[in-house]
Amino acid sequence: MPHVQGLRCKECGRDYPADPIYVCEYCFGPLEVAYDYDSIQESISREKIKEGPLTLWRYDDLLPVGRENAVDIGAGMTPLIRATNLGRELGLNNLWIKNDAANPTHSFKDRVVSVATTKALEFEFETIACASTGNLAGATAAHGNKAGMKKVVFLPENLERGKIAGAAIFGNVVLVRGNYDEVNRLCSELGDNRRWAFVNINMRPYYSEGSKSLGYELAEQLGWQAPQHVVVPVASGSLFTKVWKGLNDFAKLGLIDDVPTRMHIAQAEGCSPVAKAVIEGQTHPRPVIPNTIAKSLAIGTPADGIYSVGIVKESGGSATAVPEEEIADGMRLLAETEGIFAETAGGVVISTLKRLAQQGVIGPDEQTVALITGSGLKTLEAIEDQIDPPVIDPTVESFDDVVMGAVKN
Amino acid sequence: MAERRVKFTFEGEQVKEPVIYRLGKDFPVITNIRRAQVEGNSGWVVLELEGDLDSINSGLDWVREQGVEVTPVDGEILAG
Repeated sequence: MPHVQGLRCKECGRDYPADPIYVCEYCFGPLEVAYDYDSIQESISREKIKEGPLTLWRYDDLLPVGRENAVDIGAGMTPLIRATNLGRELGLNNLWIKNDAANPTHSFKDRVVSVATTKALEFEFETIACASTGNLAGATAAHGNKAGMKKVVFLPENLERGKIAGAAIFGNVVLVRGNYDEVNRLCSELGDNRRWAFVNINMRPYYSEGSKSLGYELAEQLGWQAPQHVVVPVASGSLFTKVWKGLNDFAKLGLIDDVPTRMHIAQAEGCSPVAKAVIEGQTHPRPVIPNTIAKSLAIGTPADGIYSVGIVKESGGSATAVPEEEIADGMRLLAETEGIFAETAGGVVISTLKRLAQQGVIGPDEQTVALITGSGLKTLEAIEDQIDPPVIDPTVESFDDVVMGAVKN
Repeated sequence: MAERRVKFTFEGEQVKEPVIYRLGKDFPVITNIRRAQVEGNSGWVVLELEGDLDSINSGLDWVREQGVEVTPVDGEILAG
């Protein structure tokens, strides 16, 4: 059962009804779902959560819509793996990987879209829409299909064919001729004028709540405690703020004792407005034009950038802008040590983790979780140049010469 | 009449320039500041602009020419 009081402006605190709206009419601040925590407190318990489904919907007391009519294709409760091999490599003895590439459409976006689609149905929208360069497109189209809704997924025309195919297989993809700004403007105008549930426009307050489930899961899977460090890839900053909120929700409700967690931002140098703001001591990120191979992090105007900077300060965390050439190294290191093939954003996270370990920001025995938010199969172009397997003739001699020779060397 | 909600981000010397005053004076655009934060050498202002669309767009082009970043107030819609 949801325990929603309404929506509240994150800036001026004005209250609004829980409608499909997203911005404060007075100060233009973002609206966020406000909950009745006393009511949640009476309803929630560790036992009740444990008896729930093995999806993010086990936390529906803390979501803006109940699970009775959930659009559920299995998002959430992804593996949390003890990363002993990677930990040995980095000198970290208590390292964990949260593998959200194991979601149904292979990224964490399934969490947010599952919540947004369910809420859209409750609002009796017939059409679900989004604008995306990758992960969000697949998640929206897949959940739209499960919900039996009409859907419109906008992609920039110049996107790689593989990414277009990955979304278009679900149907109803529209390619827009124009740059990213023009796609943004078109969607903004369409969002204003049509009765569509645009997952990251008018559904944004509900959509973003899905990310909190990552924080809840970390705490539950670690035996009802918050880790000492979390390393999060940052695009808009929404996931970063919601993981923090998730951990703090659990502490507020007495499900965990406290939140000793230091929150670490991982960005790629080619698009690092939030990391740079932290490093330079600014409170607000300055917009940039993205130029990074980590396409899923290529947000030059991060809507939750200011809040992310604030959380780094509040939690005693850090921010790293990883050089572009180290992104593929991070992907390979994770694949070679833990058998997990992450997308470029995961490479950014692992390279950030490596730096934090080397700098002593993360101590050898401190419990650390690195978030892997998408699958490497979506960003093959990033590692194609680095892959050079040996080629042999179909003979044992050739195998011995080329392969076994290389092994001996 | 059209309305646009935008965010201006200032850096360094731009903080000293009366950009919003000149936008309202030199273009037929009504400016209405809703929220702002200005520090010593940087800052941002969230404001609503009202006027005909061509005037708003010309005004915003001029603001960009002054080196001020102009972005939609809601952040980017296109996501990864």
